[in-house]
Amino acid sequence: MKKPFELHAEYQPANFAFRNGTKVEKIINLYPKGRQQSAVMPLLDLAQRQVAEDGAKASPVYGGWIPRAAMDHIAELLDMPPIKVYEVASFYSMYNLAPVGKYLIQLCTTTPCWLCNADAIVKACTDHLGIGLGETTKDGKFTLMEVECLGACVNAPMIQINDDYYEDLTSESMKEILAMLADDLKPKIGSQKGRKASMALTGPTTLEKEAKKAGVV
Amino acid sequence: MLDDKDRIFTNIYGWEEAGLKAAKKRGDWDKTATLIKKGREWIIDEMKASGLRGRGGAGFPTGMKWSFMPKESDGRPHYLVVNADESEPGTCKDRDILRNEPHKLLEGCLLAGFAMGAHAAYIYIRGEFFNEGSAILTAIEEAYDAGLLGKNAAGSGWDFDIILHRGAGAYICGEETALIESIEGRKGQPRNKPPFPAMAGLYSCPTTVNNVETIAVAPTILRRGAGWFSALGRNEKNAGTKLFCISGHVNQPCNVEEVMGIPLRELLEKHCGGVRGGWENLKAVIPGGSSTPLIPKGTCENIHMDFDSLREAGTGLGTAGVIVMDKSTDIVYAICRLSRFYMHESCGQCTPCREGTGWLWRVMTRMVHGNASVEEIDMLYEVTKEIEGHTICALGDAAAWPVQGLIRHFRPEMEKRILEYRKAAA
Repeated sequence: MKKPFELHAEYQPANFAFRNGTKVEKIINLYPKGRQQSAVMPLLDLAQRQVAEDGAKASPVYGGWIPRAAMDHIAELLDMPPIKVYEVASFYSMYNLAPVGKYLIQLCTTTPCWLCNADAIVKACTDHLGIGLGETTKDGKFTLMEVECLGACVNAPMIQINDDYYEDLTSESMKEILAMLADDLKPKIGSQKGRKASMALTGPTTLEKEAKKAGVV
Repeated sequence: MLDDKDRIFTNIYGWEEAGLKAAKKRGDWDKTATLIKKGREWIIDEMKASGLRGRGGAGFPTGMKWSFMPKESDGRPHYLVVNADESEPGTCKDRDILRNEPHKLLEGCLLAGFAMGAHAAYIYIRGEFFNEGSAILTAIEEAYDAGLLGKNAAGSGWDFDIILHRGAGAYICGEETALIESIEGRKGQPRNKPPFPAMAGLYSCPTTVNNVETIAVAPTILRRGAGWFSALGRNEKNAGTKLFCISGHVNQPCNVEEVMGIPLRELLEKHCGGVRGGWENLKAVIPGGSSTPLIPKGTCENIHMDFDSLREAGTGLGTAGVIVMDKSTDIVYAICRLSRFYMHESCGQCTPCREGTGWLWRVMTRMVHGNASVEEIDMLYEVTKEIEGHTICALGDAAAWPVQGLIRHFRPEMEKRILEYRKAAA
């Protein structure tokens, strides 16, 4: 489960600069004067997204991650010692500190999802992609990662791919999603069984009037 | 069962738009200024009288918490921080407020902020909730455009700003001081208390941290009156409505707003189509998110879902994330997987938690297979007692309780596994 974090790895680019200076300024200005260190998390996220944009155009493709050069650049921008930025980047699970696939598949296997057969979803992914957890496909498209509870437990089993949640999964719907992404199509996000948010699949048990008005029943 | 007319979250399932126009039709932002003009004391007294207890897990009385903020500023700004770092396994209620009822939260921020003398609120949302964060950002933008936030917010004479801060994957940031550390741009490691956040919190300024649901119900309580809210529920200490999240082995898992203190069995049978395979197929329930100890079927028969009833049963309401397990469940693995969760999420600051959570998981992994001795069950229990209460924050307790619950109620099953393993090995 330890994050790969190699400052001198051969995949580390020598330089990094933000493309969108106004956005960087806007983020820093969200916080009180002298408290610019608060911007470290949003800037790490911005760096990861910028790398993902580059990765989508590259061949082979890759996904968002944060090179050391980006962390050093952020340290300079925020007047922080670089080690403080590394500390933050390595503490939080969503910052990828080594290259990942274009589609980062985060499989929830914590108890509520496990009770709803998350193991079958993991197996559907490893079978379909031919890779194990923590691995990336050769074409750079998919990385599989096991994660802890993503907070959509009543829609279990569920996973996250990049920014989106896919819920109420079955092995079949999971494989369909992977097949669509392989062609860079956009699968429908949210419930794969067609229910609205977290209401019961068979229909609401409350809010009768609102349900009628909305045409749910 | 709660009447529809008493439900606060009428768009919890997102049937209608989340935006300002639809939110106003649902009653949000209705004469907010008149509530504010009644004054700080009035708001805090109403909140106290409503009996609202914090919806994030600890159940601390909300009005009292707000009253801890200094009455006069000593020159330092005051802050409201909203905890939207919903990460407790089994819990997914705040997510629905964030994406479907964002204006209830924003209006609540203004009212709560005013009541504690704050001109700014930070909403700390877990990083994985990317789309939910975007829904909040849209709502914030709408509110500014409509003059509901910013200078003279909602015509109240009070200036108020709301800033969204996204987390990046750390359960521990749901702990209030870790959350503050995280906003300040550091690792999310809890601080020692005192000083309490109301004295020195965000940027060393007086700060109150509240859960999303707590803040989002405040406008409706203030509008309909404390008496309305406190009359709902089992008693004045367990009052009002509550969002329940029911996951696991029920026929229809769902989120639902119900009355505080609803019997567990009624909750499962009215809203979730009952336990998979029928009530008799029930094995155990984790009633309030992963950190609350499980209760076996016998206790589930007559238990009420509120703070005090569940405490009396040796567990807790927590976040009201109800995880249901039927007879097919490998109950030892179910808890072992939670031990792994806590090991992964320990921030590493305190030795009993950092070392203890890993130790619990390793021993629990052996217990799953029965590869242990019966005495080790006692040792396991003792070690949980060494972790509990010996750490800066409650994550150590949260890791200890599920294991304690398992041993308390399913020790015979653990012993049986050990004997079977021995028999097979011999």
